[in-house]
Amino acid sequence: MNGQIADALAGIRLACRQIRRQVRIMEVCGTHTVAIFRHGIRQVLPAEIELISGPGCPVCVTDDGYIDVALDLASRPDVIITTYGDMVRVPGRNGSLELRRGDGNVRVVVSAADVLPIAKANPGKMVVFLAVGFETTAPATAVLIKEAVAEGIENLCILSGHKLVVPAMKALLEGGNSRIDGFLCPGHVSVIIGSQAFDQIVSGYRRPCVVAGFEPNQILAGLAEICRQLAEGTVAIDSVYTAAVTPEGNKIAQGLMASCFEPVAARWRGLGWIDGSGLALRPEFGRFDALRRFGLTWPVVEEAPGCRCGQVLCGIISPPDCPLFADPCTPQSPVGPCMVSSEGTCAAYYKYGGPGR
Amino acid sequence: MCLAIPAKIVSLEGDRAVVEAIGNRWNARTTLLAQAKVGDIVLVHAGFAICTVDPQEAKQTWELVARMFQDQPADG
Repeated sequence: MNGQIADALAGIRLACRQIRRQVRIMEVCGTHTVAIFRHGIRQVLPAEIELISGPGCPVCVTDDGYIDVALDLASRPDVIITTYGDMVRVPGRNGSLELRRGDGNVRVVVSAADVLPIAKANPGKMVVFLAVGFETTAPATAVLIKEAVAEGIENLCILSGHKLVVPAMKALLEGGNSRIDGFLCPGHVSVIIGSQAFDQIVSGYRRPCVVAGFEPNQILAGLAEICRQLAEGTVAIDSVYTAAVTPEGNKIAQGLMASCFEPVAARWRGLGWIDGSGLALRPEFGRFDALRRFGLTWPVVEEAPGCRCGQVLCGIISPPDCPLFADPCTPQSPVGPCMVSSEGTCAAYYKYGGPGR
Repeated sequence: MCLAIPAKIVSLEGDRAVVEAIGNRWNARTTLLAQAKVGDIVLVHAGFAICTVDPQEAKQTWELVARMFQDQPADG
């Protein structure tokens, strides 16, 4: 493993000598962000390489409007909210779901597979699943819906906040503010969508896309491949996570997603509305849509005053550039979602002490 | 929700598996991985196996995770 790390670092240094300018590489995935801090990867890279964190933490990109709807539902006596744990502390305008945890209206699950038993055990309640996450968790939500249909469970619905990674990468490039030279692509999302899904970025926008796993040797090998392409003036999709990622991805998961959901415009914190970047239930599963079930629409909300999570998520500023960073916004008392999630860029900077802190 | 860990399938009935890693056993589903069988090492993400992984790579991850739990204080 150490030999691999040394080779990757040598490759990066060589490429930097050829490129002779600053290189900005975005790690799209929050798990990469945390791994990069945990292993001190920034400290071993040449000064010319700037790593910027992307919009790849699903909790962080979920906007206040979603939290407000979830809170509204959690305040109803006939509703049980089921959610992944990371969503519980995200502040909306009227507090967080944590407030409702004590009265049993909010239950944390580790898997969408845990939701159906809760619905079956509580026939008098409507069980709402907060379906957030990228292409890694959306297939599990699809399984939940299919099984609810098969078993005739009707006291269940989902609030879909599922999002798709590639449309967000395109939006960042088209926005033009982020100055991204290449992408370190998310390992687990790529297991599902396949590495060839990044072809749109490589052919359409001429940016290298390299899929990597989350161990330090893989992250460095991925960065080395991006640098090599930049030095040689080539652009290609590559994967250094070949043990898990195939070009075509997980066809079963893709099929389940396609049969349950259709792409819709979705609002991302910081990026705003992006066409085709969200997943909504197909019309035949409309009765499982919490918005429809409760006659709700997404509210239009402003982000917390002073909070610059939006710019952090686009790689425009670093967390310490936000006036709220560390005072008053901390993981214990977060103002914005990037400080809430352990995968959030601000939380990672706070915990590990990022550059400039 | 984004944590994924390689684990070994120790029993399997339909798409309901029991998996094991680093001395822990838990339930996982193989709905997304039709060819999964007992003994396979799979990447488990939010309760679902999403792909099979190379045993050598899984071992590296397990060692890393074990080291992290030794080195890191619990999140505050």
